Amino acid sequence: MIFETVIGVEVHAQLRTKSKMFCGCGTTFGLSANSQTCPVCLGLPGSLPVINRAAVEMAVRAGLALNCTIAENNRFARKNYFYPDLPKGYQISQYESPICRHGWIEIRDGSGTKQIRVRRAHLEEDAGKNIHETGTSGSRVDLNRAGTPLLEIVTEPDMRSADEVVAYLKGLRDILMYLDVCDGNMEEGSFRCEPNLSLRPSGQQEFGTKVELKNINSFKYVKDAIEYEIKRQAKVLNEGGKISQETRLWNIERGETAVMRSKEEAHDYRYFPDPDLVPLKLDDEWIQGFHADLPELPAVRTKRFVSDYGLPEYDATILTASKGMADYFEVCVKQFNQPKTVSNWVMGELMRELNNSGTDISAAPVMPERLVSLLQMVDQGTISLKVAREIFPELYNSGKDPEQIVREKGLTQVSDEGALEKIIEEVLGKNPGQVAQFKEGKQQVLGFLVGQVMKASGGKANPGKVNELLKEKLA
Amino acid sequence: MSLHKLTLFELQKQFRAGEVTATEIVHAYSLRISQVEPKVKAFVTQTKESASLQAEALDRKLKEWRKTKPLTGMPLAIKDNICTDGVHTTCSSRMLQNFIPPYDATTVAKLRAQEYILLGKTNLDEFAMGSSTENSAFGPSRNPWNLHCVPGGSSGGSAAAVAAEECVAALGSDTGGSIRQPAAFCGVVGLKPTYGRVSRYGLVAFASSLDQIGPITKDVSDAAFLLQAIAGHDPMDSTSIDRSVPDYMKALQKRNLKALKIGVPVEFFTEGLDPDVEQAVKAAIAELKNLGAEIREIRLPSTGAAVAVYYVIATAEASSNLARFDGVKFGFRAKESKDLLELYMKTRQEGFGPEVKRRIMLGTYVLSAGYYDAYYGKAQAVRTLVCQDFATAFKEVDLIVTPATPTPAFKLGEKSEDPLQMYLSDIFTISVNLAGLPAIALPCGFNKTGLPIGVQLIGRAFEEETVLRAAHAYEQSTQWHLKKAMIR
Repeated sequence: MIFETVIGVEVHAQLRTKSKMFCGCGTTFGLSANSQTCPVCLGLPGSLPVINRAAVEMAVRAGLALNCTIAENNRFARKNYFYPDLPKGYQISQYESPICRHGWIEIRDGSGTKQIRVRRAHLEEDAGKNIHETGTSGSRVDLNRAGTPLLEIVTEPDMRSADEVVAYLKGLRDILMYLDVCDGNMEEGSFRCEPNLSLRPSGQQEFGTKVELKNINSFKYVKDAIEYEIKRQAKVLNEGGKISQETRLWNIERGETAVMRSKEEAHDYRYFPDPDLVPLKLDDEWIQGFHADLPELPAVRTKRFVSDYGLPEYDATILTASKGMADYFEVCVKQFNQPKTVSNWVMGELMRELNNSGTDISAAPVMPERLVSLLQMVDQGTISLKVAREIFPELYNSGKDPEQIVREKGLTQVSDEGALEKIIEEVLGKNPGQVAQFKEGKQQVLGFLVGQVMKASGGKANPGKVNELLKEKLA
Repeated sequence: MSLHKLTLFELQKQFRAGEVTATEIVHAYSLRISQVEPKVKAFVTQTKESASLQAEALDRKLKEWRKTKPLTGMPLAIKDNICTDGVHTTCSSRMLQNFIPPYDATTVAKLRAQEYILLGKTNLDEFAMGSSTENSAFGPSRNPWNLHCVPGGSSGGSAAAVAAEECVAALGSDTGGSIRQPAAFCGVVGLKPTYGRVSRYGLVAFASSLDQIGPITKDVSDAAFLLQAIAGHDPMDSTSIDRSVPDYMKALQKRNLKALKIGVPVEFFTEGLDPDVEQAVKAAIAELKNLGAEIREIRLPSTGAAVAVYYVIATAEASSNLARFDGVKFGFRAKESKDLLELYMKTRQEGFGPEVKRRIMLGTYVLSAGYYDAYYGKAQAVRTLVCQDFATAFKEVDLIVTPATPTPAFKLGEKSEDPLQMYLSDIFTISVNLAGLPAIALPCGFNKTGLPIGVQLIGRAFEEETVLRAAHAYEQSTQWHLKKAMIR
């Protein structure tokens, strides 16, 4: 049977506030266990939560960027369950009245675009972490993360393939990072996704039984896990079996999903309005103020890069995926108005070095101004493109002025006709056969001869000039 | 005159005048406690030693420069569900038997800033769930007027300590009557402020939407004095209200009750009301009239539903509030559990007493999928009706007067086997918490066997001044508050 895959996604995005959702503790990742805690986030008896205004602002900005309606009346609710990393025995979340509702984002879908609807996005607090170390007895609990603000973003079941899910997640992550409300770090868990997936016979309206997938912390695993799960479910259905509603964990080593808990084991969270927090009213004017201040978002910027700079859509998409990269590109173009050349360098040499060293663009050692001087030197014929590529790693790592590097290495391009003619004479003398062939009409030989001249000059000869002179000599 | 016989106001006057030292005060109270505490059992934890050290330090400081704050050197007791930095806070539960908070409740921090002296933490029904202190894991407190009777609850320890003059005043907490009912049983004054008037930060939560800290004192002006010290907005408690605190002592100066309309709800004078209580309260109403108030009969038709609504909402909130006692991070942990689930179950089985378990189960049930609307949702709707009843009544009257309790103090063990009967002892106080209103209980007589009877005055939200003024005028025209328990 042919099946259609139906996927919805839940994302937990940690908001980049300085302090936690309901207390004044810091939110820095990786500090010593339980060093960022207080009576409130430890859930000590008698302590009470107070809503972090910055988290509400970030949620509003994210909601507006996701084209959501922002709720003027907000209520926080308690989600009750027992777990050691949950100090109060309940999580403060939003249930009936999420702060953001009915939004959408656009993803590229093969040739065209597709809207993925955002059902809701709500504020809640993160749990701590249970630590199970081998060689020690028992488990430990680190509550540094407990109380960190999260925005849980839930889509409608609008995606039909793993690629669409990845496109949605990348698009969402880009938006949140553009807004500076989330650092998007999937490995550290600041951007966590849980797809839910079901199959239905092609053409059927009714949804199949869905399975929720957890433990996916990279885009690659998103794709792998979904593709595995599609195959698994199709096999079960084709064999006449039934899909059971359950949560499954992605096992990275084995490359498969396995049952974590079934529907029967699902909790009754006994949600009810948190009586410790009064209803949060947001003023419409206040909300609209954030609307006016939203930065240009990735999708809009991509279109502008195509129309304003004449870049291919491919380049524009890659450059605008990160705000830092797009900003870097624009700073360069402002000083060196050859957008495609800049794009090639940023997407090629620069991204390669960044990826190799695992560096974010914001921490790139080479400033846009340095890259621009390098490109200007090529443009003015001071150095060859080849030399420019060769010295880029040094330029990247040292952050030095490229002119200085070129000077120190004596790599300035030779355009002096006298010097070039000397080399050309030598090369022609050594290759009489090729000279004869050219004269017989074999134009291709010219390329070979240019290459020989370049080689003899140690790469410093100006290739355009060489070409010109060679043609003269051979005429 | 022995120092322990003075009211807070009187003691403070003597202390400010330099007639007594803090050391003398603490010494006098230590002596009093050692004499009567074995009989009354008001305290869970005594802090005599730190109190003495604190008193000496205060005296030394004052020797150099005599500048006092309103509560400097005043010996107070605090209900043991209010967090005190470095001092055990047990909630009279095995679960928190060894719990020492690393922080002060906001109310305690305010008292500390005023240089009060902590004499100890007082007994309560476990996690404030009960009306007699018999649900304490550490044994019941006794009523100073009759040691075979309960002091009421849940703030029974605080009320008994004030009545037995083991402290000059105390803090209690009131979720459904837990300040006013024990105050009435012990013949002292208990004030439940408007919800949001006093910070709940550091009060171990029972039912967050109902809990409120308030004073238990020897007379009305002491209640005003202590309320002044603890009232006010707290940024750490989102439910506390940012509203200026009036001068409560000044409010007492107006003795005349002319132009004050006081309502008498017919629903509060029905069967089940003890005849002695009825007689005393009716006499009190007559006295209020004497003082110039206009008395009007009013109706609060939802009164009959209040107890049921309360036991849905309060238990629902409690089931969630008490989830944190799981043996993982603080408090009691059961030994030898083979896995996490067993750790949770054994810890909670062994750590909580029967009444707490009963309420957690009730609350869990009413919030469960499929039952939420029928119970919790319905209770919230009826709670709105209770609030509307009061709102309607307060368009007509300025205050409402009722009995504080249906009967005087009952005997130990008399109701402990029958939770429903126990729940009904709060029938006159519960609706006030549901509506979040301020109310005071104060002595208005004694029954035939010499047990105190209390009358309750209920005011509009944030009109503690009116409540206190009428209570004070009544108190000044009677002698009930001057009669002291003979402890034997």
